[in-house]
Formats: sequence, structure tokens, C-alpha cells
Amino acid sequence: MNKVLMKGNEALAEGAILAGCWGFFGYPITPSSEIAEYMARKLPKIGGIFVQAESELAAINMVYGGASTGERVMTASSGPGLSLKQEGISFIAEAELPCLIVNVSRGGPGLGGIQPSQGDYFQATRGGGHGDYHTMVLAPASTQEMMDFAILGYDLADRYRIPVIIMAEGTLGNLMEPVIVRDEVTSFTEKPWAISGCQGRKPNIINTLHMTADVLEERNRHLFNKYKEIEMNEKRAETFMVEDADIVVVAFGLLARVIKRSVIDARKNGVKAGLIRPITLWPFPDEHIKAVTETCKVLLSMEISMGQMIQDIRLAAEGRVPVEFYGRIGFLPNPEELTRGIIDVAERKGL
Amino acid sequence: MDDEKQILFAGFGGQGVLSMGQFLAYAAMNDGKQVSWVPSYGAEMRGGTANCLVTISSEEIYSPLTEHPLMAVVLNQPSLDKFEALIKPHGWLVINSSMVDRDSERTDLTVLKIPVNELAEEMDNARGANMILLGAYLEKTGVVRAEDAVQHFEAVYKGKKEIIIQKNREAFLAGVEWAKKNW
Amino acid sequence: MAIVFKRPESLTDAKFHYCPGCTHGIIHRLVAECLDEMNIREKAVGICPVGCSVLAYEYFNCDMLEAAHGRAPAIATAIKRLKPECYLFTYQGDGDLASIGMGEIVHASVRGEKISVFFINNTLYGMTGGQMAPTTLLGQVATTCPYGRKVENEGYPVKMAELLAGNEGSAYISRVAINSPANVVKAKRAIKKAFETQAKGLGFSMVEILSTCPTNWGLNPVDAMKWMEDNMIPYYPLGEFKVKEEE
Repeated sequence: MNKVLMKGNEALAEGAILAGCWGFFGYPITPSSEIAEYMARKLPKIGGIFVQAESELAAINMVYGGASTGERVMTASSGPGLSLKQEGISFIAEAELPCLIVNVSRGGPGLGGIQPSQGDYFQATRGGGHGDYHTMVLAPASTQEMMDFAILGYDLADRYRIPVIIMAEGTLGNLMEPVIVRDEVTSFTEKPWAISGCQGRKPNIINTLHMTADVLEERNRHLFNKYKEIEMNEKRAETFMVEDADIVVVAFGLLARVIKRSVIDARKNGVKAGLIRPITLWPFPDEHIKAVTETCKVLLSMEISMGQMIQDIRLAAEGRVPVEFYGRIGFLPNPEELTRGIIDVAERKGL
Repeated sequence: MDDEKQILFAGFGGQGVLSMGQFLAYAAMNDGKQVSWVPSYGAEMRGGTANCLVTISSEEIYSPLTEHPLMAVVLNQPSLDKFEALIKPHGWLVINSSMVDRDSERTDLTVLKIPVNELAEEMDNARGANMILLGAYLEKTGVVRAEDAVQHFEAVYKGKKEIIIQKNREAFLAGVEWAKKNW
Repeated sequence: MAIVFKRPESLTDAKFHYCPGCTHGIIHRLVAECLDEMNIREKAVGICPVGCSVLAYEYFNCDMLEAAHGRAPAIATAIKRLKPECYLFTYQGDGDLASIGMGEIVHASVRGEKISVFFINNTLYGMTGGQMAPTTLLGQVATTCPYGRKVENEGYPVKMAELLAGNEGSAYISRVAINSPANVVKAKRAIKKAFETQAKGLGFSMVEILSTCPTNWGLNPVDAMKWMEDNMIPYYPLGEFKVKEEE
């Protein structure tokens, strides 16, 4: 097996290239710029297209145009940039164009900071822009997953004609680990809807305008039927030591992986802890949560935010067990701190 | 997890701290180990020092982070001041005595001191100080066998000029020799 | 019987929704005639704006994409880069191109994107009911400058052709008017030249087309033409502002 030591951001970019990404359109922003820099080095060498756009708005609209040709395209940014991109993401979602959007997220609101954050959870999982829509959201937890989810992301994007967001943060982007470099993707979905000149067929139209109420409603129903199908098929989560756990932590991304160590350390301290790591943030793996409420006594949402995913956890738990929260802002807590957090909640709950 | 080691490298930006960690991660990976390398993060980011944390384990690594590394390799005084108290009980502390004036206040640690800046100047290889330190460190601790690690210079410095690779290897080997004699 | 006049193949059978006396219909036809004559309909991709011509995708008989307000040049950029064999044109109004889309149009020109932009300047936002545009003339009344545009409050009307002609990436920039048969012929020549500039790969091309909006100007179609001649053409002079020749 070909193992290469890579940074998370590089692994993601390389994964996208292996998946056939042919166009990158981006605007520099810390801590995501390494992805753009990697693409700027690599794509021209293989005949692909790299454009540094004049703005985040232009970048996402280049993705809109690029995806409409049927080619695999992507952009990468961070919080403030993702906010600007929301206009375009709404259009792309309604036009049902597959593409990959990476958020190497940083703390907000406002300019915030460049440190790790999960504070864009609501923005990513609720649509984020105007109108009724969803994007699929994948949350990798290792450098290997940065590569693998780029490949998976394109596959899901094409299969459901939906923009896919990869939610990472700066520590994961900079985390260097051995990566098994995957094979190049060689088979691709046909895209008869793509626009690239109408030779030999009727013209195709990519459009998001629906002036009459009934057509607009029909469009929304169509999108939500698709979302229902995605919810049926694509919820993903990893569970860790939940079978006999009294306290089940729910966390995503690299943070969740750090918490595995805390779960083990909490158990050494007599607290039977477990972990659910949502891999798809949308669709949210609510069945995994619901299942553990049969056996656990408390759920604990750990986030690098003031508490966003906790709302989805509460909805999934349907009041069966209490849902507690532990959050920090601006950095990825150490496992020792997270262990203390777990033990504190366990003690308060008399576990 | 039981043999998991976490090693912190810390110093000023420009002292080659990050590349020391990357070299170790690379060598450990080629030794068949699970590894992770993560640059300055969290609260430790503030305060003018660069640092990185390398985790080496024979099993899956859960946390690439820690509050309490087993070993710390410090290249300057502020790094010693900041990290000394955080090292695990009975852990290791390696000090660049060229840039650090005081002794460790911890009595439980294995403390190793080496004047790498002077050694590098003697070799007329000022930029090789970090590799002298790494060579000595590996020779003494055996985290990765120094004679295995030295095989990886070509791969780690792929694309760099031969003279740079050569100078780094020389520095590394000088560190190995120094450790054999002095530690 | 010989056919001397017919609908261009590059237009669909759909009926234009434009107001009586509006010049969009003429411009659509000119663009379509050029696509026909250059035999590039099947390679053409058109990007329509937000504004009166938002439905242009129903009229052009080629691959079309409906953009967000002002973003057409960014979209066209990506399609042209990924599919260089295609002919990309954007069709944009003055609010779309010169206001909310100022960044996208300037940078497409700066980068010398090999796309053709047809910029319809009728001095206001038509579709949304006659609000002020960056191209509204001084003293001209619009619903958001009801006392007439004043320099102190709204600044000067923007001259896009002159502005973009200053960019090295611009290969062909001209301004034409749809106010007389002679000028319509000139307009078509300019549109074709824009496509030819793209065909030769010379760089960015834009034709600014002075147009009427009888509805929002509150004039009948004939008076609207007269108003354009008396007020717009003196401020927005016609002609070619940049013509890059083949090297």
C-alpha cells in the first residue's frame, strides 16, 4: 500500500484530483488557502483549470458555471467566505448541480479568528442561503478521510445532483498523517443535462427562476423528495464503545477523534462513556442517536461552538434522555480537558 | 495505545522546529508505526513560539493532541518556560543549552542538554542545528533508531538540492556522535 | 417563392414578453442572426441576467444558463475555461452589469476572458419598475431618485465602455445604439465583431448597446428614440473604444 505523509488540506485536494476534479475556483482565505495553492500547482499540470477569482461571490458563481458543464469542479473557503458564497450555493442547489465546496472553518462571528471552529454548523446544515434547500455535509476526522471524503463527496454530488460541503477546520487541515493514496476514479455518471453547446440535441437550460406559484411549489417538492431519499440512504455515523455506555458523547470532525481517547480515559476513571461521531452532518444520523437512548442515561454534545449540533441531538433524542453540552471557542481542546468534561457531567448526573 | 508517545518540539520560528517533527513523523511511519504531526495549535499558539506535536504509536492514534507530552524538545528559553511544567511525570526534557540559561526545575524528568548552536557553528552549518539536536535525541531515546532514520533524508528532502540534503545528514550524524560521547 | 426574411434559427418560437417599443427584441434578433451567420449556434452558451431579459433563455435557441444578479461574467468565465470550444455570451442590463455585477465584469475584462458581453444600457432598472441605475443620466428622474439624479447624492453616470477599454485584457469594446436603421446595422456589425474577437482568442469583448425603455421613461416608442438621441448619445458617445488586432 502506498502510504504518503500528507497534510489534511493536501490530502483533500489530492483526493479531489483523484476523483476527477477538473476546475478549481477560489479566493484566498486562512485557513483554507493551502487547498487553492495545491490546486494552483497541480491542476494546470494535468490540463485542468485553476482560476483565482476576484471575490468569493465570483468564485462560487464560477463553480455554478463550471458545474453546469458537467465537469467536476470545486471551491474551498472559510467562514467569512462561505457567508459570501451562500447566494451561489442557493442557486446551485436549486439548479441541482453537483459540486464540492470545502469549508476549512474558523471562528466567528464577524472576522472572528483563524482558529478551529465548528460554528458554521447551522450555516452548513440548514441550507445557509435563501430559500428551502439542503446541501449534503460531510465531516472528516483524519487526513485519510480528507482524501476519502473528497472522492465520496463527488460521488454523492453526482448521484443526487446536489452540492456537497466538506466541513473541516484548521487543525485537521494542517494535521499530517500517513495517507493511503486511493486509485483514480475512472467511471463517471452521464450528465445529459449539462450545457456545453447543443450539437446534435435540443438546447439545455440551467435555470432557477419559476415565476408561477404552482411551478415553484412543484420544484420545491421535487427537491424535498430528493432530500427524503438522501435521508433514507445516506446517513452516516461512527459509533465507539456505546453498547454499555451510560454517557454517550456526540461530536464530529477531528474533535470527535480526540474524544475517543477521552472516552477511554473516562472509562479508566470509572465512567462508562461512549461516542457517536456523525459523519454526515446533513443528513443528520438521528437513528444512531435514537438507538443509544434505549441504553444510555445521558447524551453529551461536545462542540467547538456555543452549541449548534445539540439542537439536532435533542430532536433525535426526543426527550428520552437529557442532552448536556460542553463547548469551547477558538481552539481544539486537549483530550485531558475533554475527559474532565465528560467526568464532570457524569458526576453531576450521579453516574 | 500503550506504547503511544507524544513528543513536543518547540522553539522560535525559523529554528526548524516544524521540520524536526516532520522528519521524525516520516521516519516513524517508515518504521511501520502510526504517526501524526500537528503544528502549533490551541492556546499554545499564542506567545511567539512555534511548536509541533508528533504522536507515534503501534496502534490507531485517537488524539493527535495532548496537554501533557511524554517528551519535550525545547530550542529556546520561552519554550522551556512554557512547556516544562506540562511534561508527563517521569517524562523527558531535551534542552538546547545554547539558547537556554537555566536548569530544569523538575526533578522527576530525564533532562538532556546539548549546545546545538555552538556545535552547528563549529561545523560551519548554522542551519543544521535542528538536525544535530534531532540526531542526538534519537540516538539517546531510540524513539526511532537513528541508523534507520538517517536513511530517509533523500525522501524527506525530495526536490531539494543535493548539498542541502548532504548538510542536513552531516548535522544529524554529528548529533548522533555527540550523544554517544556525552549522554 | 424565395424567402427573404425569416426568424433566425438561433431564436426559439417563443413570443417576446418585452414592452412595446422596447429594443430588447431587436438586440435578441441581432445576436441570433450573428450566431446563425457564423454557424456557431450549436457551440454557443448564453448567460442571461436578472432584469428585463431574465427570460432570455426562453428566446435563444442554444444552451442557456440563468445567472444570479450581476454574476454572468463569472459563470461565463468558468464555462469558457472548461469548454474552450464553446462560444460564450452574456446578455446583461445596466443594473446587473454596472451595479451589482461591477466586480465580475471588470475582472472578466482584466483577465481577458474570451467571452462576449452584450450590455444593454437603458439608464434604469426596467423590470423592477424604473429605479435608478449607475447609468441614469444627471437630472433624469427614476423612482429612487424622484427629484432627478444629482451629482452630490448619486454621483456621475458610469461609462462602462470607456472604463473597460482601459483594461489590457479587453480586446474589443464598442458602444452602439438602437435608434435608427443605420445604427441597427452598425450594432449588428459590432456584435459580430465581438464574436469574431472571441473566435480569434484575442480576449474580452463587450458591446454596450444604448436602448430605450418607453414604459419607465413614460414616453411613446418614437419619443423614446428621440430621447435617446438627445440625451444618451451625447453623454455616451458611440464608436469603438478598443480594437485589438491579431498579432
